[in-house]
Amino acid sequence: MTDLLTVRDVHKAFGDLQVLRGISFDVSAGTVTAVIGPSGSGKTTVLRTLNALDQADSGEITVGDVAVDFGRPVNRATLARFRAQSGMVFQAHNLFPHKTVLQNIIEGPVIVQKRPKAEAVEDARGLLAQVGLAEKADQYPYQLSGGQQQRVGIARALALRPKLMLFDEPTSALDPELVGDVLRVIKDLASQGWTMVIVTHEIRFAQQVADQVLFIDGGTVLESGPPQQVLVEPAEARTRQFLQRILDPI
Amino acid sequence: MDGSTWELIARNLWPMLVATLTQTIPLTAISFVVGLVIALFVALARMSRIGALSALARAYISVIRGTPLLVQLFIVFYALPQLNIVIDPFPAAVIAFSLNVGGYAAEVIRAAILSIPKGQWEAAQTIGMGYSTTLQRVILPQAARTAVPPLSNTLISLVKDTSLASTILVTELLRVAQLAAAPTFDFFALYGVAAVYYWVICLVLSFAQGRLETRLERYIAR
Repeated sequence: MTDLLTVRDVHKAFGDLQVLRGISFDVSAGTVTAVIGPSGSGKTTVLRTLNALDQADSGEITVGDVAVDFGRPVNRATLARFRAQSGMVFQAHNLFPHKTVLQNIIEGPVIVQKRPKAEAVEDARGLLAQVGLAEKADQYPYQLSGGQQQRVGIARALALRPKLMLFDEPTSALDPELVGDVLRVIKDLASQGWTMVIVTHEIRFAQQVADQVLFIDGGTVLESGPPQQVLVEPAEARTRQFLQRILDPI
Repeated sequence: MDGSTWELIARNLWPMLVATLTQTIPLTAISFVVGLVIALFVALARMSRIGALSALARAYISVIRGTPLLVQLFIVFYALPQLNIVIDPFPAAVIAFSLNVGGYAAEVIRAAILSIPKGQWEAAQTIGMGYSTTLQRVILPQAARTAVPPLSNTLISLVKDTSLASTILVTELLRVAQLAAAPTFDFFALYGVAAVYYWVICLVLSFAQGRLETRLERYIAR
């Protein structure tokens, strides 16, 4: 399989704090990668460097056909092309509160990609149906539950037709009974062949959906491989310790 | 009050209304709009990562807020001619009031922009928006909600501050009242009418503020 995403020796510091210390991994087209790790390990920062919300200090990242060497100055046009390769779903959804659900979804396609509005609206309605919210098109975000808001967030990211979908702890801010709806949507996307990188604490979900699991600790990929290997028979003591704490917190 | 006072009032109701409609209100409206444009750019400059730009904006705000409006008005109208810059009363008033509004409203707009969560900037960035598109389509529409009450204060203050333009020969509402009262010394009656006119304008503006706030809050959970 061809790699849709390659990450090579990515470093990132915030001031004196070295958060990423040489991250490397590959993601094949059409596969799901789950990123797990303790809080403060750098897993969210890894995800944010993948579409340059946080720009890596050094290292190379290739998404689709755009390769960027972050060790050198990156010009704005390249950065924009790089960002356009991936869609991002945030933990706190970050929907635009002053726009309806439909307006949230067509904003990128119409304003940024300059696609005809009628076409974007039709697309958006299709996406809303896909995430189970067809009848919510004209509501404002505040009128939706947390899980519904998150699914709109997913539809908004999909609307730009990215090659890669990034999820930053998409269920961490949700009430437990709303988590399932969001995970089901992500599972659907996986079965449709979307390439996704998901930072998550849902170990069981990762086990079911992921083709590859990365365990990140101290700003490096401590362990990676198929879920059966990393989640069930981890080689590293740190991974075992982490999984035990998360699966059996008391 | 005797009959002649009533007659004096009646005779001046219309000229004072004309002064209100042709001088006071246009002076307020033009100065406020120009002032808001100045304020937006000053606010953005103040938040800029470019040190010199931010310092310049800070200095501007400091000078405007640290000097009396009347002095600013006098500098534009009476002092600039010394540098061979002669400006007519009305445009001179517009310049002084606009610069003044620009200084005060800049801080309001800056605070309103800063009140929008960082996630909104990030979400806009991930759907491919640049700085100015994000500002126009995502940040400012939300910041408006926070900014409307304090900006309404600025506007209502401005309505009344335009009376200071009487000192640089703008024939606005107060100036007309002054001129009418001068021959008879019946200041009470005519300044009373002027006060009522100012008050009515401010009542209308307060009402409009309420409507605008309701409109801007339609997407907020209550």
